[in-house]
Amino acid sequence: MQDRFSAGRILREALGGNAGWRPWRRNPEPKPRYDVIIVGGGGHGLATAYYLAKLHGIANVAVIEKGWIGGGNAGRNTTIVRSNYLWDESAAIYEHGLKLWEGLSADLNINVMFSQRGVLNLAHTLHDVREGMRRVNANQLNGVDAEWLDAPGVKAFCPLIDISADARWPVLGATLQRRGGTARHDAVVWGYARAADRLGVDIIENAEVTAILRDGQGRFDGVETTRGTIKARTGALVAAGHSSILAAMAGFRLPIESHPLQALVSEPLKRLLDCVVMSNQVHVYVSQSDKGELVMGAGIDAYTSYTQRGALHVIEDQMAAACALFPMFSRVRVMRTWAGIVDVCPDASPIIGATPVPGLYINCGWGTGGFKATPSSGWTLAHTIATGAPHPLNAPFALKRFETGALIDEHGAAAVAH
Amino acid sequence: MLLIPCPHCGVRPETEFVYGGDATVRRPDPKTASLDAWAAYIYERDNPKGPHTELWLHASGCHSWLVVERDTVTHAIGQVRQARDAAS
Ligand SMILES: Cc1cc2nc3c(=O)[nH]c(=O)nc-3n(C[C@H](O)[C@H](O)[C@H](O)COP(=O)(O)OP(=O)(O)OC[C@H]3O[C@@H](n4cnc5c(N)ncnc54)[C@H](O)[C@@H]3O)c2cc1C
Ligand SMILES: [Zn+2]
Repeated sequence: MQDRFSAGRILREALGGNAGWRPWRRNPEPKPRYDVIIVGGGGHGLATAYYLAKLHGIANVAVIEKGWIGGGNAGRNTTIVRSNYLWDESAAIYEHGLKLWEGLSADLNINVMFSQRGVLNLAHTLHDVREGMRRVNANQLNGVDAEWLDAPGVKAFCPLIDISADARWPVLGATLQRRGGTARHDAVVWGYARAADRLGVDIIENAEVTAILRDGQGRFDGVETTRGTIKARTGALVAAGHSSILAAMAGFRLPIESHPLQALVSEPLKRLLDCVVMSNQVHVYVSQSDKGELVMGAGIDAYTSYTQRGALHVIEDQMAAACALFPMFSRVRVMRTWAGIVDVCPDASPIIGATPVPGLYINCGWGTGGFKATPSSGWTLAHTIATGAPHPLNAPFALKRFETGALIDEHGAAAVAH
Repeated sequence: MLLIPCPHCGVRPETEFVYGGDATVRRPDPKTASLDAWAAYIYERDNPKGPHTELWLHASGCHSWLVVERDTVTHAIGQVRQARDAAS
């Protein structure tokens, strides 16, 4: 049994020379059979396992990860958390997530460093202004906190931004969600893993799923992995950028394409930016990490790829925009760039629910913006698996919507990306 | 950055091109296609890990549409053809 983390515990361990800490979780051998198999040990897969065990009493669960947990997008993202999406369906699921974030450190007994420092979405054109005001109104109708700031209001909230009229990207205003912010991605992964493990979930790392098994009736029956066959009557694919590959193993296709998404950090600087600033028009967003690095990201590379790297010209464009908005960044050096493979859906909304294979569920299509939804994604998928039917929060996000035409088009609508 | 050998202009950097997506998708016959076939045509993609046949427009060059073989794991570029020739 693991021991709980607390301030008193840290003090006690410090006095004992920190010799008393034990591993956070087990490293189990895979069992031949489970009740539920979850493929993919990112934030979403681990959260699904945690809520299955905690809220639905289904703890005989394996999370099967081909590498190490959090080695995918969960550990590569820029950690922006917000819920100010335009459409009702999106607002509901992202706001449910934001509420879970607000209690997550206590729930998981780990500090996920959720920092509600406020998220600005800048408007640079008249169209941006109209779209932003419309989104603020839609958010307020949905009970999501949202404010419209004019240009002086933006300057007061974030003094570093250049709002001069002759700027390359004039700032005409911004939407502000004060409850939005950032969190520590690794702590979220480790926290869900530790809490799920404590409830009996087996987290199997270094096991790549290579085939999906189906019984005589076509129902899901387990997986082949590089660590042997593992059986279960229920499964879920939660593999982000590799969702199409796993779907192909199960015999169906997805409305998804995989693209590199890049991000970078600067050298560490003193505190200078205490909020998150995003601009869809010029495709850049920035926050400052607790270590002092500026964390910045852009849009996807244009082509499909399974290689976790992108091209430099995307970074150049993004830095040009960042330097125009924040002139003082021009002398800051880039320390590191990287990419993750994101699963982009045509309507920029996720797919959470049943597949054509009985007993097999899928959760994918979060693309460039699923970190913020880690809690609600796992929560709704766990409900769907446990009850065999979607929760009202994820029912609109069914795979079927691409046949019925009931898309949830956040691409054109909301502050897309991240 | 990718370097794409345009049959007309020679080897040019990716920034001169616009990506046009999967080149293997074929519009179904409107007279006979089922709803499923339409949904598949519009939304579903193989999204393969490995060789991919895709469209690129040489927007800042000769402005022709090209069909390019590219590997989505190595980014290595193979055969490049005129889309006009590839379609026939
Ligand atoms: C650069 C970047 C910046 C981003 N910024 C933000 C942001 O600011 N805010 C936000 O909300 N979102 C952001 N995102 C998106 C977010 O990271 C993802 O939507 C989210 O992390 C996806 O869910 P996940 O954590 O479960 O994915 P992942 O961590 O990618 O988990 C999927 C797992 O499946 C495993 N897997 C794949 N194939 C197999 C197999 N065959 N067998 C076993 N396991 C397999 C992978 O190894 C991986 O660990 C960003 C993404 C990137 C790349
Ligand atoms: Zn050319």
